[in-house]
Amino acid sequence: MSEWWTYRLTSFLLFSPRTYHRLFELYNLAIWPAQLAGVTIGLAIVALLIGHRAHRDRIVAGLLALCWLWVAWAFLYQRYAQINWAATWFAAAFAFEALLLAASGVFAGRINFSPPPGPGVRIAATLIAIVVVGYPLLAPLAGRPWTAAETFGVTPDPTAIATVATLALVRGCVRGLLLIIPLLWCAIAGATLWAMATASG
Amino acid sequence: MWNRRQALHAMAAAGVSAALRPSLAQVQPRALLTRPIPSTGEALPAVGLGSWITFNVGDDPVARDACTEVMRNFVETGGRMIDSSPMYGSSQDTIGYGLRKAALTGRVFAADKVWISSGAEGREQIERSRRKWQVNRFDLLEVHNLLDWQEHLPTLFAMKAAGQLRYVGVTTSEGRRHRDLEQIMRSQPLDFVQVTYNPVDREVEERILPLARDRGIAVIVNRPFRQGALLHALARQPLPPWSADIDCTSWAQFVLKFIVSHPAITCAIPATTSVAHVRENMSAASGRLPDTAMRQRMIAAVERG
Repeated sequence: MSEWWTYRLTSFLLFSPRTYHRLFELYNLAIWPAQLAGVTIGLAIVALLIGHRAHRDRIVAGLLALCWLWVAWAFLYQRYAQINWAATWFAAAFAFEALLLAASGVFAGRINFSPPPGPGVRIAATLIAIVVVGYPLLAPLAGRPWTAAETFGVTPDPTAIATVATLALVRGCVRGLLLIIPLLWCAIAGATLWAMATASG
Repeated sequence: MWNRRQALHAMAAAGVSAALRPSLAQVQPRALLTRPIPSTGEALPAVGLGSWITFNVGDDPVARDACTEVMRNFVETGGRMIDSSPMYGSSQDTIGYGLRKAALTGRVFAADKVWISSGAEGREQIERSRRKWQVNRFDLLEVHNLLDWQEHLPTLFAMKAAGQLRYVGVTTSEGRRHRDLEQIMRSQPLDFVQVTYNPVDREVEERILPLARDRGIAVIVNRPFRQGALLHALARQPLPPWSADIDCTSWAQFVLKFIVSHPAITCAIPATTSVAHVRENMSAASGRLPDTAMRQRMIAAVERG
């Protein structure tokens, strides 16, 4: 990119805030009631993390992988890529994260979460619960319709945030590898929201 | 060579057909300002329609229909040039949808770009763009932001020679790569260049615009309102009373009249999703234009804002 120093964050914004939020409205209408499944999976992850069930670690990793794969295909590739050509790459990254979670957690059994009832587990579980239940409320609180709500498991931002909170409980070096894409997404999503706020004046 | 439809549309754009088309006469009381494309003399209305961000609405049916109304009103008020790029997300699809739905295909000057880092894939991208627009051919294709221009320009010139394209150009924006642009303007037989120009961003006045006049190259102006930020800033102060002397009733018209009154400028391409705004923009291409002294006053007024 020539003269890169002349570019601002808003230079990379391809769409208006109105189009971005309408994207969620149309997506939510198209996938309803999948949002309920997303919330159920999120709350199930919370219950699993604070409980002592057998195969807890494999099930949580599998549920997260399922959510990342769904978001990659149904939201990023099918929807977001319509207004942002970079979303095809985002979809590939989300699918890769799903693969990592499934391979290391479900099949290899390398994802081991901290056992309850430590303070770390309580904090992470509380944060995940807040994201799962509270994130959909942000749209109406910001004056947008309920139908524009972003829900864990079916949209990228709450899925990435809750995944970061979940992976914070993972012991061992696999955690760093698994956190790369969720943290990168949080940075990209934050930059997008900031650019939209700036562009809106 | 123009066909009958194109000739009729040019007459409509010039206000000549007002008596024949009462509905147009109502919305277009004054003759529309046109500029000749230097390489052919073809007249082009001085205000066009951009699609950056505004037409990137995905498959949202409500937003697509709203964009169609913008295009319909743009053409009804005499507009012709619609500009897009493969970089603009779904904007090309939106334009194609609108052209077909409002039966505007053939009534617009279709301007698009090639934007891909491999010259070998240029033709394939152009064909994808053409299918999205649903037009037989583009009137103008430009190399977007000079990306791989050494490879794309021969392709575009070959297409022009084969009658698959009418005009060839290159684009930059926000003052980037002006030295490269200047070199290309001197060395290539371009019909068009596209640059950023408005009362605040006037760097092109020094070298690019004089060179365009010398070389007989048409100039399209992007970001006339700095993506809305300029109008947002100007809205804090009232329009100067002397704006009435050049038939301005809004800051948007004020800025557009400043741009199109430069003798090197062929067409400004503001983007909007609002029917009211597109009609307001088009009305800037009629009535009186500022002279040199008035242009200096306009710069001072904008810089105060």
